[in-house]
Amino acid sequence: MRHEELLHRCFRCGWCKMPLNYADFNCPSYLQYRFESFTAGGRMWLIRAWQKGEIQAGERLAQILFTCVTCKNCVQTCAMPGIREQLVDIFMAAKGELVEQGLVPPSIRDYLKAMQTHGNPYKRPDAERARWAEGLDLPRYSGQAYLFYVGDEGAFDELGIGMARSVARLLGQAGVDFGILGEAETSDGNDVRAAGEEGLARALAETLTAKLNDLGVKKVVTLSPHAFNIMKTDYPAWGGAFTVEHWTQVVARRVRALAPAETALKVAFHDPCYLGRWQGEYEAPRALLRAVPGLTLLEMPRNRQNALCCGGGGGNFFTDILGHGGDQAARVRVREAAETGAAVLVVACPLCLKMLDDAVKAEGLDDRLAVRDLATLLLAMR
Amino acid sequence: MNDIHDELVRIVGAAYVSRAEEELYLYGRDQGVQPPGRPDYVVLPATTEEVRRIVLLAGENGVPVVPMGGGLVLSGLTVPLKGGIVLDMKRMNRILEVNELSHYCVVEAGTTQGALQAYLARRHPALKHSVPDAPPVATIAGNVAIHGSGHLSQSEGGFHSEMVTGLEVVLPTGEVCRLGSCSTVDKWFSRAPLPDLAGLFLGWNGTTGVITKVGMKLFPSFPLKDVLMFMTEDIDAVPEVISRIVSTEMGEDITFFVTPKPAYFDGFQMTNVHIVARTPREMKLRQALVRESVQPYLDRKEAGFLPLPAHMKVNLLAAPQKSLSEFADIRKGGGFEYVGSIMPVESIPGAYRAGLGIAARNGVTYSMGARVVGRGHAVMFYYAFPFNRADEAELQSVRHALEAANRAALDLGGIPWKTEVAGQRMILARMDPATVALMERLRALLDPNGIMNPGNWEVAP
Repeated sequence: MRHEELLHRCFRCGWCKMPLNYADFNCPSYLQYRFESFTAGGRMWLIRAWQKGEIQAGERLAQILFTCVTCKNCVQTCAMPGIREQLVDIFMAAKGELVEQGLVPPSIRDYLKAMQTHGNPYKRPDAERARWAEGLDLPRYSGQAYLFYVGDEGAFDELGIGMARSVARLLGQAGVDFGILGEAETSDGNDVRAAGEEGLARALAETLTAKLNDLGVKKVVTLSPHAFNIMKTDYPAWGGAFTVEHWTQVVARRVRALAPAETALKVAFHDPCYLGRWQGEYEAPRALLRAVPGLTLLEMPRNRQNALCCGGGGGNFFTDILGHGGDQAARVRVREAAETGAAVLVVACPLCLKMLDDAVKAEGLDDRLAVRDLATLLLAMR
Repeated sequence: MNDIHDELVRIVGAAYVSRAEEELYLYGRDQGVQPPGRPDYVVLPATTEEVRRIVLLAGENGVPVVPMGGGLVLSGLTVPLKGGIVLDMKRMNRILEVNELSHYCVVEAGTTQGALQAYLARRHPALKHSVPDAPPVATIAGNVAIHGSGHLSQSEGGFHSEMVTGLEVVLPTGEVCRLGSCSTVDKWFSRAPLPDLAGLFLGWNGTTGVITKVGMKLFPSFPLKDVLMFMTEDIDAVPEVISRIVSTEMGEDITFFVTPKPAYFDGFQMTNVHIVARTPREMKLRQALVRESVQPYLDRKEAGFLPLPAHMKVNLLAAPQKSLSEFADIRKGGGFEYVGSIMPVESIPGAYRAGLGIAARNGVTYSMGARVVGRGHAVMFYYAFPFNRADEAELQSVRHALEAANRAALDLGGIPWKTEVAGQRMILARMDPATVALMERLRALLDPNGIMNPGNWEVAP
């Protein structure tokens, strides 16, 4: 297994459970399950025991491994240099071993099967991929400065579609020259890889890369931090001949063009893991919020690199393998947001949008806290 | 056994009981070199009432119960030696009260050091608690139960068990008891003036009951902090150096360490003095008084203060220090275990020499050091041995080194701290027989079914 030589070097000291400021447990699967096995350290020891033949792989080990949502809190906080950088990659490799052995939980199996057969987790035909843009009069990509990539959630998820439409309008108002792929879009592969299916992820990535290269795309702006992550980190090595930015970065540079109206709104911002801990971008979305006159940006105790994940990574957004209940990361997160006194919890990721929106309802906080994507919020300020 | 499992599920819910191989494997061992055990169940209670029902169930069925906090003692104290139920207490993590005027807090037993630290910093920034050098997931209750110490142990009253203002415990027979002022009034401010029953649960390695709530002293938090490092080349000078610095009462935390790596530290002894202050003027005065206290050594050019680069100060001032966990990987093997020995300050030179000999004879690398506890009333002297977890021969060498260090500590007039079963037996063998008999009578009285962490503090195997 990849990185097998590192497994015995985990001390299982538990730093991985917490954020850097110790505010509370910050590993979504540990928050949910509370057994030591559902921590990064627990996983390291169990993978080693499995590799040594001391335990056998089965349903429980699969549950323990696949509930890692790849949020990278452990990478941020692990005490061991030389190991911490590889933690999530080790867990993805272990998931990959289970995939190869056919030992995946049913929901993960169904998710991967949908990706394999339909090319998206919603089992929808590619012909419907352009529906999100209906009525917006957006041009197909034909040499514009940017290609706007919305991905599976932007194309098929109800809230994601709304966010994609807002971002498109905002890009236009910010003066960004862009086109879209419409029904020609295909999945980026980020979450398939996080779910352990590296071969399929690579195939999806190569298909999309070839398409973008053929079109002569030089710059991509993404709706989702997940797509941003894999395109920025991995696509260059897989043949991608383009640069990529998250939409908040592109718009933040043109914030003056937006001229938002004054508001007395109090908001909290939730850092998406794939924008923050994975790609180190914490300021662009905050710069956009600060550009709104009168808006108060309240920070949750866990913010920036300490942010608590919504639990939507690692394929959990599509599989719900992490489970439900009051200890679900998204529900803990919205309680934390409500405690700041913010009226709006602002997000910059379509997966976070759905996870946290559902959590607000589950917590009965609808009357106190709204979840809005940043683009829609900014449009409403005009 | 199915009946017990079903009953546990009824008590805490199916999500919080496991007898899966994965949990039995993980909860059967800790990070040190002690041999693994194997629990029958791992259970995660959320309330005192759940703990009470679990303990009653265990008592009725003669099933061992092993309470666990952070699970970070390294010496196997939460490894179930005779099977049974491991009670992972970390779901009981509410901070119940912070009394700003009487300077104490009340927390559930699974509250972590880090969570309390963060909570106080955010909501009560004028107060702090004594933070041990354990990772932030160590629990408050676990640490007081093993007589832990921390960064306020020198200045603010000794071991963390001495900072306890009250306890709630579940007895092995199922009664819930409050100890200290909280037993009589609805305040957790003091153990005095009542008979001090809290001692029945501190230092007993979970063999007398399950701690479910803790009242802990809090202390003023100062805005400024600095560290001075005093370097000597003569180990025999260290007790006097420490005594002089302690006597200034200017240091918050005073620690001492020796290490063969990096090479420029080899052969020297470093005494760190953490100083806190409200103002820069106060800081300067405190620093000056500390420097003055060791002036004779400076005048004779026998020792000196080491200039510390900023990044080193940041590391030294961190509480807890992440670098202590990094020590586990200096052999590229993810492990260390140590003998912490509570001993008088004057024992430091002998302990140091013994440690060098033990490391050389067993072919292991080492780190040694001490934290001053109380106003120089004792030190916690540690012999730490890192190991490569994948190298069984190295594990065995460390086991031998730890055994030798336990023996050396006792020979030097110290007492091994939170020691593994073999170390406990060494202590009991030297203990006044009347004291041993009293311990056994107390245990028999409190735990007639012998269910609480059996194997610990037992004379006979």
